[in-house]
Amino acid sequence: MSEAPVDSRTGSGSERARREAAVVSPERHPVALGGQGSSRSSVGVEARDIHKSYGPVRAVEAANFAARFGEVHALVGENGAGKSTLIKILCGVARPDSGAILVRGQEASFSGPLQAQRAGIGTVFQELTLMRWMSVAENLLINVPPRGFGGLISRRKLPELGAEVLAQYGLERIDPRALAADLSVADQQLIEIVRALQRRPDILFLDEPTAALSETEVDWLFSLVRDLRDNGVCTVFTSHRWREIETVADWITVFRNGRDVGTARTMDEDEAIQLMTGRTLERIFPKPPAVPESQPALRVKDLVADGVRSVSFEIRPGEILGIGGLAGHGQRQLFLSLFGAHKVSGGTIEVQGRRKRIRKPLDAIRSGMGIALVPEDRKSEGLFMPMSVRDNLSLAQLPALSRFGLIRWGKERASVGKVIRTLAIRSAAPTRDRVSAMSGGNQQKVLIGRWLATDAQILLLYDVTRGVDVATKQEIYQLIVEQAAAGKAVLFFSSETEEMAHLCQRVLVLREGRVNAELTGDDVQADQIVAAAMKDRSQ
Amino acid sequence: MSLTRQTAWRAPSRHFVAQNSTTLLALVILVFSVVAYLVLYYQSLGHFPDQYDLTTIIDTALPLAWVGLGQTIVVVTRGLDLSVGGVMSVAVALAASRMHDVGTMILWCVIVLLVGAFAGFVNGVLVAYAKLAPILVTLATLSIFEGIALVVLPQPGGQIPVGLTNVLTNPGHPYALIYLFLILGIWSVFRRTSLGTAIFATGNDETAATANGINVARATLAAYVLSGLFAAVAGLFVAAQTTAGDPGAGNPFVLTSIAAVFLGGATIFGGRAHALGTVCGALVLTLIVSVLFYANVNQLYQAMYEGLLLILAVLLGILVGKLARTSR
Repeated sequence: MSEAPVDSRTGSGSERARREAAVVSPERHPVALGGQGSSRSSVGVEARDIHKSYGPVRAVEAANFAARFGEVHALVGENGAGKSTLIKILCGVARPDSGAILVRGQEASFSGPLQAQRAGIGTVFQELTLMRWMSVAENLLINVPPRGFGGLISRRKLPELGAEVLAQYGLERIDPRALAADLSVADQQLIEIVRALQRRPDILFLDEPTAALSETEVDWLFSLVRDLRDNGVCTVFTSHRWREIETVADWITVFRNGRDVGTARTMDEDEAIQLMTGRTLERIFPKPPAVPESQPALRVKDLVADGVRSVSFEIRPGEILGIGGLAGHGQRQLFLSLFGAHKVSGGTIEVQGRRKRIRKPLDAIRSGMGIALVPEDRKSEGLFMPMSVRDNLSLAQLPALSRFGLIRWGKERASVGKVIRTLAIRSAAPTRDRVSAMSGGNQQKVLIGRWLATDAQILLLYDVTRGVDVATKQEIYQLIVEQAAAGKAVLFFSSETEEMAHLCQRVLVLREGRVNAELTGDDVQADQIVAAAMKDRSQ
Repeated sequence: MSLTRQTAWRAPSRHFVAQNSTTLLALVILVFSVVAYLVLYYQSLGHFPDQYDLTTIIDTALPLAWVGLGQTIVVVTRGLDLSVGGVMSVAVALAASRMHDVGTMILWCVIVLLVGAFAGFVNGVLVAYAKLAPILVTLATLSIFEGIALVVLPQPGGQIPVGLTNVLTNPGHPYALIYLFLILGIWSVFRRTSLGTAIFATGNDETAATANGINVARATLAAYVLSGLFAAVAGLFVAAQTTAGDPGAGNPFVLTSIAAVFLGGATIFGGRAHALGTVCGALVLTLIVSVLFYANVNQLYQAMYEGLLLILAVLLGILVGKLARTSR
């Protein structure tokens, strides 16, 4: 196997001819490819200088990536580093703003996932893409249903054929007639994998396929992946579990801030983490204030909810407590639980020494000291886009601004004006300016402002700097530190670990819904947080 | 390599019941309606319904069943087609004013079907490609199609050829029953085509369908075209029964077609429906009129009872669906 980096631009004539032959070859079966020894180590899929933005957010920026046949290539990086976006672009779900995609050395442009599938690309997406109200068999065979009389789909043969496919992959225990909605999340993920594999792709993308799987199931998947590799399939794989990457990957590419920052055959975990977090020098973080000795503002004991498994902590006024870890390890559910927006099944929450039951957001807003949640998804969870800046700012404190159910305009104007000044929200006419017309940074400030205006003493800030420009980020950092200095308790999560490292006096790292580590001291480092999040304490 | 988490296959009958619970519930409701009808009929008249009664009921139910078939397909895509009433009115108006003999009858039958499909095409383009809300689009086109019906036939009147009545209704003998089976046949073919799969996948989850290479916009467009087509068929059946044209003939079917679909166990969230349920729904809605009549209920209250029945059926459907799927 050639170790030299493959550059298809300089491929010899005969090599090119062979690749072209591979493109038009009707037989895309991996076994057939494996038969030709020379096709190993040729590039299966390549991305050249890909750019992709979603609104103001640059998801992928000048990314280059290449994966070869007969190898497993791992893509690693923090959440939001651009791995999933790159995969979506390479498998035809998203279109790049600029840059080229090469499949088997030839430039390709997919108008949709179907074209990519026809080119031999199979994908297991991070989000489940099963049809919930269709049976397992229908889902598995949606593109290649068994045909019977008159070319019609034979619904009788569906379960039989589905059972055959499942048996091929050792999943006899799953009933092909069951509805996808009735399967466990892990089983749904297995079906998702089998569906992609039974289309016999020779380029396979697996975007975090193991997140929902148990250890046995991960072993099952990896033995399949190794078989495919031995048969010449080009596999691209993402995971947040380093152990898995070490086990299965031939190559590792690290992504950070939408671009590739390093590719190597082997990589040490610490090295990878350093590449993943990087050093962003242009940002200056304000120093968090010292935490005064006092009674905790919020005490959480053995909190259990869907996705949260027994989390306990205390937070005092003036403290900025980071909740770190990789996304999807319970941070979001923890924040939502404390705000009453996620069902809690056990444990206790004490606000200023008093036990509170928070079953809905209204309870949280009222619970003595006031708990406010600023979510990351401005559009769907926070702001009312078609409404004015004023309406958005005063929404959460309307009872305080109203008398006999009528809003007191003067009081509202005063309150809104104060928030706009404090946060330097750029709005000339707050009663008329619609939030939808504002920039992302300004929108985020409106959302934060709404909750500051309620005078809540406990602020839950969930990834509030996501998709916000650098200048506004700076303002938000300053604001967070000011709020803490004013005696508010701030619970803070950010997908940019660097922010947590600098702004928080203390960081709890969650892993699989539990506190995996607690980091304190003046110089909590970003790579410490990531390392604590990746390492399985039980290992 | 097999995973050792052991679960035995559930019996096929239980799967069938669990996954089709709402359709089966519609069948049960139909059986109850038939029993109620027979009992009340016997009580008031002293004998059981004869062939004439049976024929009348089937004739009355047929247009609703046809328009319901199209409505079912649209509901599968999470949509709603209010314009079917307008399409039916146009079909009746065209039939009453343009059909004179066998030749023009056949010609205009074909034209009416094309007009219906085209009306559905307009809806489909606006919903699937212009991404407008189905309820808004079809509410607007309902008014437009009603207007067109009035242009075609300004006043009730005209003449429907006897041939059409003979073919589509068969007075005196319940031959028209075969049309109900034709509807079920069309459905089962539809369900076994790639288009049917695409429409169901779209209704299940548009993002997932796209990721599986299904052209969601095309599937949605096709659903509205089929709805328009079957509404036109329903219009021809109405024309055949009334033998004269009324440009407002389709109006009552706007809401009853939707009622039939949901009485038949479809969900408004898309991806689950069966024409058998809709046909049952259409029959129940037809029978209930006779049931209320023989139960001496004032006709003025009829709509109220229909509404009650619909809510009860939908509630029951949710309940039965939950029970069937959790008791495994």
